[in-house]
Amino acid sequence: MRDLHVLGLLARRNLWRNHRRTIIMLAAISVGTWSMIFMIALMRGMVEDMLNEGIAVLPGHVQVHHPDYQDDPSISNLVPIPDAEIAARFDAAGIEKWASRVKVPAVVTSEYESRGVTMLGIDPARERGLTFIDEDRLEGRFLESADDNGIVIGRKLASTLETELGKRIVLMTQDPDNEIADRGFRIVGLFDAKMEAFEEGFVFIGKGTAQKLLGTPDRVTEVFALGGDYRDVEPLFDKVSEVVDGSVDVQRWYEIDTYLGTMLTVMDGFVFVWIIVIFFALSFGLVNTLVMAVFERVREIGLMLALGMKPRSILGQIVIESLMLLAIGLVIGNVIAWASIQPLKGGIDISVVGEGMEFFGASSTLYPKLLASDVLLTNVVVLVLGFLASLSPAWRASRYEPVEAITKVD
Amino acid sequence: MPLVLRLAWRNLWRQPRRTWLTVGAMVFSNVLLIFMISLQFGMYGLMIDNTLQAFTGHMQVQAPGYIDEPKMRLTVPDIVPLAESLRKQLGTDTVAARGSTFALASSEERSFGIAVYGVEPDFEPRVSTIPGLLEAGRYFTDDLAAEIVIGEVLARNLKVEIGDEVTLMGSGRDGSFAAAVVDVVGVFKSGVRDIDRAITEVPIGFFQDMFFMEGSGHQVVISAPAIDQVQLMKERVAAALPEGDIVLHDWDALQPGLKQAIQADMSSAFFMYGLLVILVAFSVLNTQLMSVLERTHEFGITMSLGLKPGRLGRLVLLETLIMGFVGMLIGMILGFLLVSWLSVNGFAYPGMDEMAAQFNLPSRFYPQPSLISLTAGPLVVLIFSVISALYPALRLHWMHPVEAMRAV
Repeated sequence: MRDLHVLGLLARRNLWRNHRRTIIMLAAISVGTWSMIFMIALMRGMVEDMLNEGIAVLPGHVQVHHPDYQDDPSISNLVPIPDAEIAARFDAAGIEKWASRVKVPAVVTSEYESRGVTMLGIDPARERGLTFIDEDRLEGRFLESADDNGIVIGRKLASTLETELGKRIVLMTQDPDNEIADRGFRIVGLFDAKMEAFEEGFVFIGKGTAQKLLGTPDRVTEVFALGGDYRDVEPLFDKVSEVVDGSVDVQRWYEIDTYLGTMLTVMDGFVFVWIIVIFFALSFGLVNTLVMAVFERVREIGLMLALGMKPRSILGQIVIESLMLLAIGLVIGNVIAWASIQPLKGGIDISVVGEGMEFFGASSTLYPKLLASDVLLTNVVVLVLGFLASLSPAWRASRYEPVEAITKVD
Repeated sequence: MPLVLRLAWRNLWRQPRRTWLTVGAMVFSNVLLIFMISLQFGMYGLMIDNTLQAFTGHMQVQAPGYIDEPKMRLTVPDIVPLAESLRKQLGTDTVAARGSTFALASSEERSFGIAVYGVEPDFEPRVSTIPGLLEAGRYFTDDLAAEIVIGEVLARNLKVEIGDEVTLMGSGRDGSFAAAVVDVVGVFKSGVRDIDRAITEVPIGFFQDMFFMEGSGHQVVISAPAIDQVQLMKERVAAALPEGDIVLHDWDALQPGLKQAIQADMSSAFFMYGLLVILVAFSVLNTQLMSVLERTHEFGITMSLGLKPGRLGRLVLLETLIMGFVGMLIGMILGFLLVSWLSVNGFAYPGMDEMAAQFNLPSRFYPQPSLISLTAGPLVVLIFSVISALYPALRLHWMHPVEAMRAV
């Protein structure tokens, strides 16, 4: 223990002896660490945004459908359990955030134009906070009840259809007997979505109204439930599976939208690759610094060996030196990373490339996301690999022949 | 070899390990940059080509305002003769007229809202890959036939096969009700879900009859032989266009998302490359500073013998430059070998196929070495290396020969 103390003292003094070199190396390690954490936080923020957007449109972490619905999204593939029964079972199981919907393809027609859309028959009371609609930014009003007679459409769709709040549009879809079911609706609300594609693709009507239009009372096409964390949907999945019976398909979000699921896996892989790449760029400098530090002290190391210091202690001293360097660099890097991410918490406006971000499925404000696990991974990788990188110069120093080393002149 | 050069070269190899480590840092980042940039630019090229060739084309002639609000009423008059005259004047076949609208398509069992495009049977295959992606059936032969080609997802959803009938319902140009029964003659599969679900094609003559177009249409699609010839082609098309209420848009106006997606990706990539280069620069700064400091004694002597600090500084910069060139050369050779190998064997990343499909990209990727991708990264590394050696070189100006000589 005393040995360790002495070694630590030696290492510290050695580091400070050539403080210019130490500072440059510290700067390199700090910048490296900062870039690892900062870049990862940005990427995480973007992927998180894509996932949240994606999950909000799906919506939900777990969905229940008729087994044929995904392939043939038609009203004839209704969930075989009556809606009231679903409500009773979900409530009994203690699932809090869930809703059921009538979701079918439809065509909306104004006086001038028609467009294909997805019609969502929803219960507004149940869906509050679960969908992608921001009710504060709604023009007009949202649906008031499941039996509301109005329709809420996206602003972009309204302008394409050349219609506006208060006007009537016709919604056409198909009932279970394959007959055209259509009905006029008054537009009661225009919503803004982060992505134009949503504003163009979805219209909202009351669930009861939709059931009446389609002649399918008390039946829905989709039930979804939202849990806490999108990374851990298994408990929710199990719970929902238990509640419904084998006559329906229960799917997790990453099974419904495999692109989103892959996104998350690829992202986790990328984080690791990025850390390793940056570390390698750093390691050349690190090894170089240590090699030099050993090299210019050959005589002194030889003297220490001659005075009876064990080679093991020489090795320890140099390893401690590099670990100190790494640790200080990491601390500074972490602090800078935190300090640079903190003011960006409110979001970075990247609307210059907004449509490009939409192409990726993300919105035009980027919120960096600092995950404790990423920070931990960064620090551990840098420490462990840094330790390994310092072994070679340290080993070399401990193997010097004392007499040769002392007499060496440079 | 001039004296300074020989001096610099020898100085470098006094500490071969240190020099190699620094060169190693350069080589590492050079190879990485060459690989990434080749991959990146290759992907952008494919992304642009695949997205545009699928349907959009490199440029389109439209009515003013149609690009923002694709409304039925915003038409280009006499569109087929216009396309014909453009073909003649440009001397190319890669021009095709289209009409476009939305309609409800119903089979016996199902109905879906879809986009209907009226296309020129002979020329559409020249501007779009969709006619070439038929999985079953055939493309159109008659400009007036009541026939439709649909995507594989829509065929599945409508539950129709080749030979089945589909009813189309929509509104005509004047806002009146338009309906017709068409035969499914072909089913295509592009692999992009949105295209396979939402896009259908009918012959343009039939389209104009059904929707009361009176000879008009919505877009004339023009493809250039390659992306880098778009600008030239655009000028020729603009010159060939008749006077009238029509405008010409090129692909970045038609697909603003595509260009911006590339810009967004590029800026984040360049940010990463920048960080990498900075780290290498630190490594060089460290090395050169060390090498200057350990030569303090020797520099002191040469300075007292009359050598100007400026010359010594240039010596240090020259050393860095040589080191940079060695790193650049090795990095370029290795990078070229790596990319060449990948251009034959392909590059794949787990999960990439799914991501790639989203952006119309193949699942295995074959980057091609190019002059830009081979030189851009290494040159930047070289420049930053030399810049980072400025501090150690300038330090020599503050050196006092007498004090320096006393240093051990």
